[in-house]
Amino acid sequence: MNLTQQIVNAIWLGSVYSLFALGYALVFSVLGVLNLAHSAVFTWGAFIALTAVLSFSMPIPIAALIGMLGAGIISFLLEKIAFQPLRKRGAPRISQLISSIGAAIFLVALAERVFTTSVQRFPLGSIPDDPIPGLPFSVTPIQVIVLVAAIGLMLLLQALIQRTKLGMRMRAVAYNARTASLLGVNVSRIYGITFFLAGALAGAAGTLFGLAYNSMDPSMGEAIALKGLTVIVLGGLGNIKGAVLGGFIVAAIEVFSIAFLRSNFRDAIVYLLLFLILLVRPQGLIGQKEEVRA
Amino acid sequence: MDFFRSIGISEPVFQFMLVNALLGLSVYLTLITGMFSLANAGFMAIGAFTGAILTQTFGLPLIVGLIGGMIAGGLVAIPVGLPVLRLRDIYLAIATIGFGEIVRIALLNVDQVASSIVGERVVITGGALGIKQIPKMAETWHLLLLLALAVYFIWRLQKSRFGRAMAAVRQDERAAANMGINVVYVKNIVFIFSAMLAAAAGVMSAHLTRIISPTDFGFNQAVDILAFAVLGGTSTAFGPIVGAFLLTALPEVLRFTNEYRGIINGAILLLVIIYLPGGLVNPEGWRRTWRRFRPAQGEASVNVG
Repeated sequence: MNLTQQIVNAIWLGSVYSLFALGYALVFSVLGVLNLAHSAVFTWGAFIALTAVLSFSMPIPIAALIGMLGAGIISFLLEKIAFQPLRKRGAPRISQLISSIGAAIFLVALAERVFTTSVQRFPLGSIPDDPIPGLPFSVTPIQVIVLVAAIGLMLLLQALIQRTKLGMRMRAVAYNARTASLLGVNVSRIYGITFFLAGALAGAAGTLFGLAYNSMDPSMGEAIALKGLTVIVLGGLGNIKGAVLGGFIVAAIEVFSIAFLRSNFRDAIVYLLLFLILLVRPQGLIGQKEEVRA
Repeated sequence: MDFFRSIGISEPVFQFMLVNALLGLSVYLTLITGMFSLANAGFMAIGAFTGAILTQTFGLPLIVGLIGGMIAGGLVAIPVGLPVLRLRDIYLAIATIGFGEIVRIALLNVDQVASSIVGERVVITGGALGIKQIPKMAETWHLLLLLALAVYFIWRLQKSRFGRAMAAVRQDERAAANMGINVVYVKNIVFIFSAMLAAAAGVMSAHLTRIISPTDFGFNQAVDILAFAVLGGTSTAFGPIVGAFLLTALPEVLRFTNEYRGIINGAILLLVIIYLPGGLVNPEGWRRTWRRFRPAQGEASVNVG
C-alpha cells in the first residue's frame, strides 16, 4: 500500500462527500432544519443524469447539468411540501426531521418504481476510466474530472454566498429570519432558493458519484446519507466551511482504515467518530459554541 | 377469526402486529419524556441476537431468552444513555442513528474479531448471514400477554410520581430540574425501560421469523418503529399500538405489493406529520377539529392565547 495512492484516493472521495454535505449544511444554516431527504435527492440527481444519457443520448456534461437542475427542482418542491407547512405552523424542529424522513422513504421508493431496483451503468466507453499513464500513483481522468468539478462547485457556492445580493439575503435569513423579513427580504423565496441550491449540489454529487463508480441503484443514497451526517457533525451543523473540511476528513479516515485495518471496520470507525464528536464537541471542529445540551 | 383471515390478517400477520405494538410502546416511552431517540432498532437487534443465542445455542426455554435479551438491552442502554441523553433534539437523533449503525456493524464483525483472538473459527452472531433456524417458540398468547403486561406497566408508570416527573421533563427540562426532579436520572431510567421493551420485541420477533441478520435492524427499521408512534400519536399509550397495528396490517388488507410499500409508508408519515400532528389517537385534537367544522354552537369561538 503506498501512501501517495491513499492520499489521492482520499482527496477525490472527500470532494464528493464534501459536495454532498454542503447541501445538508446549507439548508441547516439557513433554515435550522436537518433534511434527511437530501440523500434521496442525491439519488434522483444521479438517475436523472443517467436517464438523459441512456434514453436521450445526451453528452455526459449536459446530462450532469440536467441532473443538477432536476435534483434542484425536486429539492425545491420538497421544501414546499414537506417543510413549509410545518414551518408556518411553528411545529418543532423534530417534526420537520420526521417529515423529511417520510419524504426520503417516498422518494427512494418512487425511484425504485421508476428506475427499477437493478444496478445500472453509464454506457461502457463513455467514461474515461483508464489510469493516466506516467504518474507514480493510479488516477483516472474521471477521478480528476470529479475532483475539479466538485471543487469548482464549492468555490462557486462560496462566491454566491459571499459576493452576491442573493448570498447576502441568504446570510441575513440564516442570521435571523424575522429581522431579515422586516428589512424586506422575501424569506419564503430565500428558503425555496436555498433548497434548490442544496438539491442541485446533491444532484451534482450523485452524478459524479455515479460516474466515478459507474454502478448505481436507488439505494445508493443510503450509505452517503449517514456519512453525510458524520461530515456535517464533524464540521459543525450548518457550518459550510466545516462541511467541506469534514468531507475530506471522513474520506481520509475511510480510505486509511481500509488500507491499514480490516475493511469492515471502515464504517464502525466513521460512526464512532460521529458519536465522539457529538459528545465531546457538539458544535463541531471549527464551530461556534451553541447550546445543544441539557 | 375467519373474518380477519378473509381480509388478509392471518395469524403470522397478527403476531407481527403485536410485536410491532411492543416496539411502538418502546419509542412511546422515550417520546413522552421528550427524548427523540432512534436507538430502538439497535436495542431490538441486541435482544434478538441475545435471545436467539440463548435458546438456539444453549437450548434454553424462551422465557430465559426473553429475560436474557431484556437484560442485555438494558445493560447496553446504561453506558449509551449516560453520555448521549445530555444531547437535545436533532443532536440526540443523530447520535442514536450512529448508535444503531455501530450495533449493526458490531454484530456483523463480532465473529471475525472473536475468531482472530481465539485463533480458531468462532460463530456467535453468524456475521452477515446471521442466525438461522431459531426454534419457533413464540406463540400468539405469549405476545398478547407481553403486550398486556407492557400496557399495564406503562399505565401504572404514567400514573406514578415518576410518570409525573417524565411529563415534567418533557414539558420543560429546566423547570423540572428547578422543581427538584433529577432530570438525568429520569431520562436514563426511561431510556433503559425503552431499551428493554425494544429488546423484548426483538427476542419475540426472532422466535417468529426464525432467521435474523444484522441488516434487518438498520436505519429503516428504526424509522418504521418511529412511524408507529407518529401515525398513532403519543397522547396515550394506545396511539403507538394503533399505529403499529395499522401500519402492519394495512399492506395485507389492501393487498398492495411490496413495491408500493415504501411509497405508501413514506406518504403516510409525511401526511400525518403535516396534517395530523397529534396522530390518529388524539382525543383532544379530534375534538378541536370537530368544533372547527361545527361553528354553529358558538361556545368554541372564545380564543384564548
